[in-house]
Amino acid sequence: MKNFSLRKLLLGCATLVLFILVWKLVTDAKLISPIFFPGPERTYAALEKGLSGGALLTQTLETVQRMLLGWLLASFVGVFLGSLVGISKRARAFIAPTLELLRPLPASAMIPIAIAFLGFSDNMVLVVIAFGALWPMLLATIHGFAAMEPRLYEVSAVLGLSRGQVIWKLALPSAMPMILASLRLGLTISLILAVVGEMLASRAGLGQSILAASRSFRSADLFAGIVILGAVGLVGSRLLSFGERRLLRWQAVNR
Amino acid sequence: MSASTLFKNGWRAALLPVALVVIAQVAATVTQLESDSLASPLDIARAFVSVMADGSLLRATLDTLKAAAIGCVVGVGAGSLLGIVLGLFRIADDALDLTIELLRPIPVVALIPVVMMLLGFGAKMEIVIISLGLLWPSVVLARVAVKEVEPRLMEVSNMLQLGFTDRLVKIVLPAVLPQLFMSLKLAAGYALVVAVTVEITANPLGLGYGIMMAQQALRPAEMFAYLIWIGAIGWLIGVLLNMAQRGFFPAFVKGERR
Repeated sequence: MKNFSLRKLLLGCATLVLFILVWKLVTDAKLISPIFFPGPERTYAALEKGLSGGALLTQTLETVQRMLLGWLLASFVGVFLGSLVGISKRARAFIAPTLELLRPLPASAMIPIAIAFLGFSDNMVLVVIAFGALWPMLLATIHGFAAMEPRLYEVSAVLGLSRGQVIWKLALPSAMPMILASLRLGLTISLILAVVGEMLASRAGLGQSILAASRSFRSADLFAGIVILGAVGLVGSRLLSFGERRLLRWQAVNR
Repeated sequence: MSASTLFKNGWRAALLPVALVVIAQVAATVTQLESDSLASPLDIARAFVSVMADGSLLRATLDTLKAAAIGCVVGVGAGSLLGIVLGLFRIADDALDLTIELLRPIPVVALIPVVMMLLGFGAKMEIVIISLGLLWPSVVLARVAVKEVEPRLMEVSNMLQLGFTDRLVKIVLPAVLPQLFMSLKLAAGYALVVAVTVEITANPLGLGYGIMMAQQALRPAEMFAYLIWIGAIGWLIGVLLNMAQRGFFPAFVKGERR
């Protein structure tokens, strides 16, 4: 088994190196004008310069902070409201259809409405992120509660648990796999909306910085920004799946 | 769900939205609303009729849907093809896995400035971004689908000594067709989201641009009319594709429910 994964690692790295080499060859041969498409060395140079004292580091921190704040807000509100709606069958019947109706609405379509209310401000971007990332968590919590083993509800009735105790001790743990999966989706949405919000509202951050770089044809800076955004997305989703595995270990044992 | 149960449960589902609309209208009438950011439901309905009548809404809808549809077909097609190849050949999968995992988390909106610089504004730029956004999810879904094809089918194809194209067309594609359709269904909703996002951020055409312009012209009624219309289209696409899926692959849908 170890042998096999080593082979996979070697093959993977070789392809990655090949990929970068092709990228270098294409740009060195000037198949695409270097104004639009920088080679790997120029991207790396821009990355190094930006991170070691350039503006790139602070912009990255701005974007990550925005993304995390919006995501946390959405997570708390989503799981809280989802629990309130999900725990009662009657509330589900009345409220869930409306939520399902609103779900396909693209979160970015809310940006103009948010601008109309809050102007081009940091709060506007935050509200848009929180609103967009809210849906997966809200609906996952409701569905998770609805899908809970009915006998657990009966047990809770026999034990005379209060509604709050039912949510905390039974419903939330049993809905946990769905909620955790939705948290990961929510983080992806948060990053996307943070970038879009920064582009539109000209708030400091990577989104604004790559748009400005593209407008002034600084393609190396643009690619450096994209590399960082990819890294942020990668690290975020890896951390969450790691946490997911740790938190759900009890379930894997049970099965 | 039969018609009678739909009627019985339907009123519960409809109560909240209807109540909200009525409350909004009453509040707007009582306060004699004059605002740059809010509009009463009646004004929104009136604005909807007027943008519908002058054709601007339909034109914008066509622009958006055309870009989303072409982007969807290109993105899902290319992604599924790559995914099938990766699912069939372990060596290709091992070799490309790392690169794909590194490219996949790049948020699609980050590509807007790049494509904008290369192609300028217009439908082409939007289509490219949509297809790039749909590429990786389709790769992943198709790869999983191919890997889960009944191994005996593969043994049969080996025994019959089918060539690559024969194996693809006669064995693999029919086996993964339901999953590919599911991937298309997910992609269609996402394509609309990306299309609207690109239009709001950069591209001066389509529904996203329309809603942005309505906001900047301080016409809140028109803005909300666009918003509701975008939501309705997203919802309609979902319903239609679900119906199509149930019609084409009834067995698969049953399995999905289980």
